[in-house]
Amino acid sequence: MKSVTLEVNGKKVTKTIEDHLLLSSFIREQLNLTGTHVGCDTSQCGACVVHVDGKSVKSCTLLAADIDGSAVTTIEGLSTNGELHPMQAAFKKHHGLQCGFCTPGMIMSSVDLLNNNKNPSDAEIREWLEGNICRCTGYQNIVAAVKEAAQNS
Amino acid sequence: MASSMIGSRVERTEDKKFITGKGRYTADITLHGQTYAFFIRSPHARAKIKKVDISKALAAPGVVTILTGQDIIKDKIGGLIAGWKIVSKDGTDMKLPAHPPLAHDQVNYVGDHVAVVIAESLEEARNAAELVNVDYKVLTAVVNTASAMTSEAIYEGIDKNLCFDWELGDKAKTEEAFAKADRIVHLKLNNNRLVPNAMEPRASIGEYNSSTDDLTLYTTSQNPHLTRLVISAFNGVHPEHKFRVVAPDVGGGFGSKIYPYAEDVVIAYAAKKIGRPVKWVCERTDSFLSDCHGRDHVTEAELAVRKDGIVTGLRVNTIANLGGYGSLFATVTPTYLYAPLIVGLYNIPAAYCNVKAVFTNTAPVDAYRGAGRPEATYLIERIMDQAANEMGMDRAEFRKKNFITAFPHQQCLVHNIDSGDYHAHFNKALELADYKGFAKRKADSAAKGKLRGIGFSTYIEACGIAPSSVVMSIGAGVGLWESAEVRFNATGNISVFTGAHSHGQGHATTFAQIVADKLGVPMANIDLVHGDTDKGPFGMGTYGSRSLAVGGSAISKACDKIIDKGKRVAAHMLESTPDEIDFKDGEFIVRNSNKKKTIGEIAFACYLPGTYGEIKSPLPAGVEPGLKETAFYDPINFSFPSGSHVCEVEIDQDTGVTKVVKYSCVDDFGTLINPMIVEGQVHGGLAQGIGQALYENAYYDETGQLVTASYMDYAMPRADHFPEFKIEYTCTPATSNPLGVKGCGEAGAIASPPAVMNAVIDAIGTDISMPATSEKVWQALRTKVKSAKKAA
Repeated sequence: MKSVTLEVNGKKVTKTIEDHLLLSSFIREQLNLTGTHVGCDTSQCGACVVHVDGKSVKSCTLLAADIDGSAVTTIEGLSTNGELHPMQAAFKKHHGLQCGFCTPGMIMSSVDLLNNNKNPSDAEIREWLEGNICRCTGYQNIVAAVKEAAQNS
Repeated sequence: MASSMIGSRVERTEDKKFITGKGRYTADITLHGQTYAFFIRSPHARAKIKKVDISKALAAPGVVTILTGQDIIKDKIGGLIAGWKIVSKDGTDMKLPAHPPLAHDQVNYVGDHVAVVIAESLEEARNAAELVNVDYKVLTAVVNTASAMTSEAIYEGIDKNLCFDWELGDKAKTEEAFAKADRIVHLKLNNNRLVPNAMEPRASIGEYNSSTDDLTLYTTSQNPHLTRLVISAFNGVHPEHKFRVVAPDVGGGFGSKIYPYAEDVVIAYAAKKIGRPVKWVCERTDSFLSDCHGRDHVTEAELAVRKDGIVTGLRVNTIANLGGYGSLFATVTPTYLYAPLIVGLYNIPAAYCNVKAVFTNTAPVDAYRGAGRPEATYLIERIMDQAANEMGMDRAEFRKKNFITAFPHQQCLVHNIDSGDYHAHFNKALELADYKGFAKRKADSAAKGKLRGIGFSTYIEACGIAPSSVVMSIGAGVGLWESAEVRFNATGNISVFTGAHSHGQGHATTFAQIVADKLGVPMANIDLVHGDTDKGPFGMGTYGSRSLAVGGSAISKACDKIIDKGKRVAAHMLESTPDEIDFKDGEFIVRNSNKKKTIGEIAFACYLPGTYGEIKSPLPAGVEPGLKETAFYDPINFSFPSGSHVCEVEIDQDTGVTKVVKYSCVDDFGTLINPMIVEGQVHGGLAQGIGQALYENAYYDETGQLVTASYMDYAMPRADHFPEFKIEYTCTPATSNPLGVKGCGEAGAIASPPAVMNAVIDAIGTDISMPATSEKVWQALRTKVKSAKKAA
């Protein structure tokens, strides 16, 4: 067991946890932030992407105990004062989601893309999102949403 | 406002919860005092269970109980069912093995359910599962579709592993067509096995209240009412009136969540047995092993063609793999959903199809996006290409020669197709794809050292399933109508209840558009309720592109009843007669006058029938208070969407890497309610269909181990696999439902595999099976070069 302090969506949380607890489980089960989804066991699907210290990571690939002191942003922490983040608004406008299961990870990953590349091409968007699987949309409207968000950011 | 709602690109009302992380999927639910379930699954494809020893595991920390097949027998829990009876051509009924939710004497595929450990935590359940000792006698597995009938029988009493040997069509007339044919074209095809792979893994939570005897099951279902019916009536877990099934937000289904699984039955049963909530969430590898798979056909087809290019007959023999058991829609998928559509949208006067469905020691196969129709379309579109190539005809022109042109059209097999214009969408697709410019693009690719091919696919599907009288006459265990309740609240807003279920399709938006259009009430005042058997009327769920054609029509009918009652109330209030009242844009107006009442005022009057201050709300004699109407809609026919798709691929000869570089399609879905949502459905279908053609394959080795049981091994299509799809529409409204809609959810997955494969074969000039992976394409190119060298 280990005591871990994280800043999650701007709030400080301290919990005593098992050393081997995955960050995804910590977020979902200890903090009840169920917007971060788990869609596979092999770190392939990307439904669990969150930001750790501003960078997108698959939260199923990290142990919560290993990132003591870090700042974590989940999908629940993306909008501010009830205003949708431009990426969230763009996903809605362009019908970039259907069942919604991959969406939190897809949005968190896309936000990080724009942090790295303010004006990505279609090909760059598609390549960046290679680690996020969506079974519903065929990706086309996701690409459109990311492009729109790039223009609005 | 009202009339503009149909055909309007309204942003989805359900999106906000999903983009802010506030969706509520089954795995997100935590109940007070819940326990955790972990299933012990067979590691063997086929084995006898000699003994299940749970004694050590029962003593492990945190274990609440362990249930095995013996408990299922003791508590008389019934088996899983196949819901559609198929009769073999010799008149005998299909043969099915027993399918207990926990096996007790034999396991029949890797992942088959043997026992469930229920503990205070998931970790404890999992650890205890390690201590359960199952003694198996391993038997030789039957894995291969084509050789299943000549392999050892898996089940006593089911000879040749044959579930049924079924036929459709006029055999004699077809033989005659072949006897007279100028040319007979032969083709052997494999339709590869796929894993549906909804991104949300299946999950179930059972909760039982012993004082009220209420049992609730939260589950990842496309069809909660059917789940309740089956688990009550067939598994006998709990009576229907005391059993609630809730399918909250569901993260995709594609057919794999239409029916209850063994886990649903066991979780409901276990919760009742231990009197505490039991939660189970599937891990992805277990999903690969135990979700129903799709497709898996081996087919030989022959086409009879006249020398002028007119097709006169089609003869098909298919072996369909059902996997280890007969799943709920497993038997209708390779029969009535498949064979009637083998003639595609061509005017073929004679056709015959024989389907032999076999059991193997693999995961059960059931409906997956398109269900039977992708297999039919793949067959006819591949053999049409083959025929055109053999006869030296342009593949596009050859198709045009054979299109059905007059409607209604009675097919030679089953369907009476009400409407369509196949030349219209085909010509439009050729234009959209710039077919004329293909030769130049091919030359440009060749200049870069790459091979380029173009492929066509046309399709027709029978969806909006379906007329109950028809489907029940051919073996369906239930009618396939849909229900709706449109309930005005006293304050004038509306709750709409549907028996359909949305797991990505956007019903909350599309269905509200229908109501807004019909009743003239703003979208913001309309709420759609679905997915809870305690709330809405019994419904038949969402699959087979039926939600809008059947469920939407039920809503439309319920709105008609509301308007009808509203007219009677308005007439009374306005001192007129109902036939003098017109209803338009939310207002009841006395014809040729300025006397009117809004529908909100009428709703208020219906709920407060009397005098309230200044408001006088008299109801006519004999009219009941309240404003709420229910409709059950049973369509008079299937609906028949169709379309034309054109795919271009570019192939790197050195690596075999095949890229879809251009994809154009023109679909006829009848009336479009929300074109934005329709486009999304097409995109998703295309991605799955292209996935089938180029990437995806569920592969079992000869011992029945699923080699592709994770995203490391099963190639899921990713964003960088696709070009931007070009999509346009034509419209011939359906005549079988009041909305004129045909259904759009499966079209992309139906049309695209043959479009892609015809393009690949065009590029490499040799036959290749799905999926056309880079390795297979490279091998095919190498073989071609070798044989060319040999010939030289």
